[in-house]
Amino acid sequence: MCTMIATQIKVAGSGKAGNGWFTLGEANVSYDHPFEAPFEHALSLDFVNEALGPSARVSVELDVASARQLVDTINAILAKADSGGYIVE
Amino acid sequence: MQYATNQYEGMIAETIVIPGHNGDPIGAYVARPLGPGPFPAIVVIHHMPGWDEWYREVTRKFAHHGYIAISPNLYHRAGHGIPEDIAVQVRAAGGVPDDQVVGDVAGALAYAVAQPTCTGKVAVFGTCSGARHAYLAACRAPGFAAIINCWGGRVTMEPQELSPAQPVAPIDYTKDLACPVLGIFGEEDSSPTPPQVALLEQALIAHGKTYEFHMYPDAGHGFFYYDRPAYRQAQAMAGWKQIWAFLAQYVG
Repeated sequence: MCTMIATQIKVAGSGKAGNGWFTLGEANVSYDHPFEAPFEHALSLDFVNEALGPSARVSVELDVASARQLVDTINAILAKADSGGYIVE
Repeated sequence: MQYATNQYEGMIAETIVIPGHNGDPIGAYVARPLGPGPFPAIVVIHHMPGWDEWYREVTRKFAHHGYIAISPNLYHRAGHGIPEDIAVQVRAAGGVPDDQVVGDVAGALAYAVAQPTCTGKVAVFGTCSGARHAYLAACRAPGFAAIINCWGGRVTMEPQELSPAQPVAPIDYTKDLACPVLGIFGEEDSSPTPPQVALLEQALIAHGKTYEFHMYPDAGHGFFYYDRPAYRQAQAMAGWKQIWAFLAQYVG
């Protein structure tokens, strides 16, 4: 690991991989070398379920601008849903 | 070595299990030249993306050049699947502990030395995090005759980068290094940066170590990887040339 900038959070939801949908357990967020995206470093999101084994994984690798835009968009969408009274926590 | 067209050549490449840190069984990919030898050896330490196809190819490349090459699976304890999935799991866990890595690499070294066709001289090679691990092992596992550090990141570490799994910056073990170092780096790399490479060079000088560093222009991180956009053909070929010359000088 050349940056070792990584963290894991627990998540609830579902992810779809090659074998179909599975229940998510964790999300790994890192900024390190990507496996596929053509950058030296990428913001990687790996939605996994460690209890189901390493192949239970949905992965994306984003450049920094895309990652920032994604965060802003998620927050904006959640804020809109919240203001509309749709979110009950 | 370069084989002549009328010269016998062959190798066996296979996965085996060796004792690693604390005697734990770990996987290793071994490629060894056929013939009576004797052959020098090299431990090939995989990079962050895991024990992957590039590392198998490089292990065979060293065997093709006349070295008994062994690449231990440092992620063995994380389970089994495609290398990328395992690497993601290891990354999320904060990487493999340095002490464990040193023990696993020492196990690979012991395996190499024990081969009846081995000269007993063993180098250690790594790229990216594998080069960091190679540097750690060369300092802490006695017996290596040479180390090849290809763009090892986080050999120098800031205090806030230290963790229970990685409690000491590899550069701080430099005084214990007992073999020559070959360093292959790219000027455009962000880990290690040229100033970080300079820090390592200063440490090697301060402790009177034998080393040679090659810093390539128009090259960034991982410029040997032909399957990545970072590949730089001319610099990669020049780097391999330095590797063969360095190995011939110090390992045989």
